[in-house]
Amino acid sequence: MSSSAPALAEPPSKAPLTRKLLVADHPTWCPGCGDFAVLAAYYRVLERLQYTHQNIVTIAGIGCSSRFPYFVNSHGVHYIHGRSLPFAAGVSLGRDDVHVFVFGGDGDGFSIGGNHLVHTGRKNVRMTYVIMDNSVYGLTKKQTSPTSPIGFKTKTDPTGAIDQPINPMRTLVNSGASFVARSHAGQVNHMVEMMERAARHDGFSVVEILSECVEFYEGAFDAAVPRKGGQFKVIEERRNDGTSEDAGRHDPSDEVAAYRLASEPWPGVFGVFYETKRPTKNRLEADLVAKAREKTKGASDLELLRSSFRRLR
Amino acid sequence: MVLPVSTQTPGADSTHPDARRAVNDVVIRLAGNSQDGIQTIGGFLARLAGRSDQDVMTYMTIPSTISGGPSIFQVRMGSGEILSSGDQADFLVAFYQHSYESHIESLRPGGVLVYDSDHVVPNPDDRRFSAVGIPITGATVEAVGGTSKDKGKNLFVLGLIARIINLDVAKIAGLISERFGGKSEDIVRNAMLAFDAGYGTPADNIRDCLCRFDGAQARPTGKPRVSMDGNLALTYGLIAAGVRHGAGYPITPWSSVMETLRTELTKYGGTFVQAEDELAAAGYALGFAYSGHLAVTGSSGPGLSLKMEALGWAVMAEMPLIVINVQRGGPSTGMPTNVEQSDLMQAIYGSHGDAPRVVLAPKNVEDCFYVALEAGRIAREYSTPVLILTDQALATRIEAFEEPDLASLLVDPKPDLAPRGEDFQPYPLDRITRHAPPGALIATGKYPSVSGLEHDEMGHPTGSPAMHSKMTAKRREKIKALGLKLPAPEVHGDGEGDALVVGWGSTWGPIKEAVNQLRADGLKIGQIHLQNLHPLPQGLETIFARYRNVLVVEMNDSGLYGYGQLAMLLRARYALPSIGSITKTDGLTFRIDEIVAGVAGVTRRVDLNGAHP
Repeated sequence: MSSSAPALAEPPSKAPLTRKLLVADHPTWCPGCGDFAVLAAYYRVLERLQYTHQNIVTIAGIGCSSRFPYFVNSHGVHYIHGRSLPFAAGVSLGRDDVHVFVFGGDGDGFSIGGNHLVHTGRKNVRMTYVIMDNSVYGLTKKQTSPTSPIGFKTKTDPTGAIDQPINPMRTLVNSGASFVARSHAGQVNHMVEMMERAARHDGFSVVEILSECVEFYEGAFDAAVPRKGGQFKVIEERRNDGTSEDAGRHDPSDEVAAYRLASEPWPGVFGVFYETKRPTKNRLEADLVAKAREKTKGASDLELLRSSFRRLR
Repeated sequence: MVLPVSTQTPGADSTHPDARRAVNDVVIRLAGNSQDGIQTIGGFLARLAGRSDQDVMTYMTIPSTISGGPSIFQVRMGSGEILSSGDQADFLVAFYQHSYESHIESLRPGGVLVYDSDHVVPNPDDRRFSAVGIPITGATVEAVGGTSKDKGKNLFVLGLIARIINLDVAKIAGLISERFGGKSEDIVRNAMLAFDAGYGTPADNIRDCLCRFDGAQARPTGKPRVSMDGNLALTYGLIAAGVRHGAGYPITPWSSVMETLRTELTKYGGTFVQAEDELAAAGYALGFAYSGHLAVTGSSGPGLSLKMEALGWAVMAEMPLIVINVQRGGPSTGMPTNVEQSDLMQAIYGSHGDAPRVVLAPKNVEDCFYVALEAGRIAREYSTPVLILTDQALATRIEAFEEPDLASLLVDPKPDLAPRGEDFQPYPLDRITRHAPPGALIATGKYPSVSGLEHDEMGHPTGSPAMHSKMTAKRREKIKALGLKLPAPEVHGDGEGDALVVGWGSTWGPIKEAVNQLRADGLKIGQIHLQNLHPLPQGLETIFARYRNVLVVEMNDSGLYGYGQLAMLLRARYALPSIGSITKTDGLTFRIDEIVAGVAGVTRRVDLNGAHP
């Protein structure tokens, strides 16, 4: 007998899952914060996906953006700083029937949680991770973040940041994450599209969303905002339609091409950088269980334990 | 085949009349290098004792190097109650000169030294022991032949021991074929060749003249007995408790628990994850716990330090979780293959803020199994993290015990996904928290947040000073409520008198043996052993009041204020000046004579001073 709950086919919901059912506490974010748009996009994605309400889990670490679970009416977890991914991986591996969404910021994901990002990618644990990158520590009131550009003045770098920032797309592709995308909080439709594709992806899917901190880093991402004179350059994905221009489009399964795109000068491009089919840890662990169960001929827990003790007599 | 066996008996001036005694309790120390396979034969001896209804306890040291280095395995077996692995050996088998030199003092005067005459030249002037030289290396090579070099020396020695102390050869042969049978016929054949050669060595004179072990005097119980080390007993206890999920990171001496769980749990439909670090291991385990499973994580000292932030969250979020700490010598990397009980304060008070949790400690190998079950029960019932403190000595020593009644003990591991009613709150102030995992329908349609922030009854963050006080009290009171249900521990020995010896963890056996000795010497001594370290059980003050001294024996430092960690806690809790402390920090298990001397020293001092009339 397996102790994990079985993977459930989605039963038809009595009532459709709507924004109204998903709204919880009013967000504590500052007026104008980019995270409001990300939250709105999440509601919309859940409305589209129509998962069973009680099987949705919203998990976060620590930071402004990590307050997210309180603003969503779903089973929610506010874990500790930087460690939301291993926690979420435990939920994902523990239960085949739940849909795991993780939200966090750049400090949570790339700094204190950097090791977990790399290893969750390597293990390809099934979940969707949304990083709201504002390039500054907001909750603690303006310190340098791992994505702050060189020269950005903060309370910990009053003369301007001197350390090379992380390139999120390169880091994520390198980690082994099997779906890596980038979006902007000012582009709600694009965000919804990226998050929905991420959620439908079978594996560790990550969407980095540039989400402006109006309080401590105003205008950080204006270079990608058309109405402020910037350019929101969307990745054109290969369509395999046999046309001559298709060869010039991005093949998301091409890892080297993904690195090349990730190295475009600021503000770079938006869309799916990398997408590949690779066995998830969920699958591989289930295979191990299946093999072990086959070997023990489906013995009951009691029979298994008894035979272990018999060998030690 | 005639082997040159050289025997030197104790000198004529030897004053050890008990040298040629018949014993029903024998201590054998094997000293060699870690690659000689002495753990394997030590394990055989322990298993054999278990199968023969004898009591057994082993003790081993392994170097913290990758390969090689001096190593010992000591096994004590007999038909009485075996409480320690023995202060002194009756037999010492020395494979090398360094083994001889390092361990000759562990042999009791009148004991038997068996040495490999191909490698060891004993001091001819040392007439305290009987010395028997056997060319173990040469004889093994001759017996096994081929290119095996001296591989199989361990089995040769096993044969020799079987001959000397009259062990059941058929049972040993069974163990050898069980152990090596899965590999190849050749290996079993070579192993038996080496064993037979050892058994055929003309060493009968040792048995007949020096020391006769009467192995036949076992007390049959009629019930099957199992032999295993503490880590394995703990592992099976976890499985019996319903643990099917967990995560860890490799560290000595915890690793064998995670290795076994990794293989075993898949058979039960579960998963054990090797995480990227200790912090992640705690995260995975809490994720499993949140998703509705009884989960485990564990480590040894330094690894536990890394898990402390997560433990604080588990207390705040009121998550059931089992956390194992197989203690070793600290701080820092310290003495990774030695024993210490210096993580008690970390277990109880580690982490940040006011974070009450439950701490348990098993007293012997058998207890590892049952304490794991108890930890599971408490974690579920009180929705709390429960720490289990074992240690290196307990983790690695082998004991035989009666097979548990698995059918009545096995706990159903299924997560509780039942819908929660209208009155559901994740953190009700007037009840113990009952976690609702994802998948559980909440009748109100309001889904709970599980939070590390101070929260209200629905799990939403609050900055309310009153709510923080109330929730802090809620988390404290449930642990106190558990304490109120814990009965006073049983007293072994005298119910009142000179001293009560208090212990916890793996020191139970040596303390009991020491207490028995002290009582035989005429002192009035009692013993209690605490399985529940936090919260403490009821009634301790009543027991303490009946003794002039309450002496806490533990393997940690007496600290800046002169008291070991449990002694300090008991003094703080009961404010009794009679509570004293006997500690040591050499990384080795307590010897009986150390405890005897410690207790006798205090009681004598008190008598002289008349400080406690």
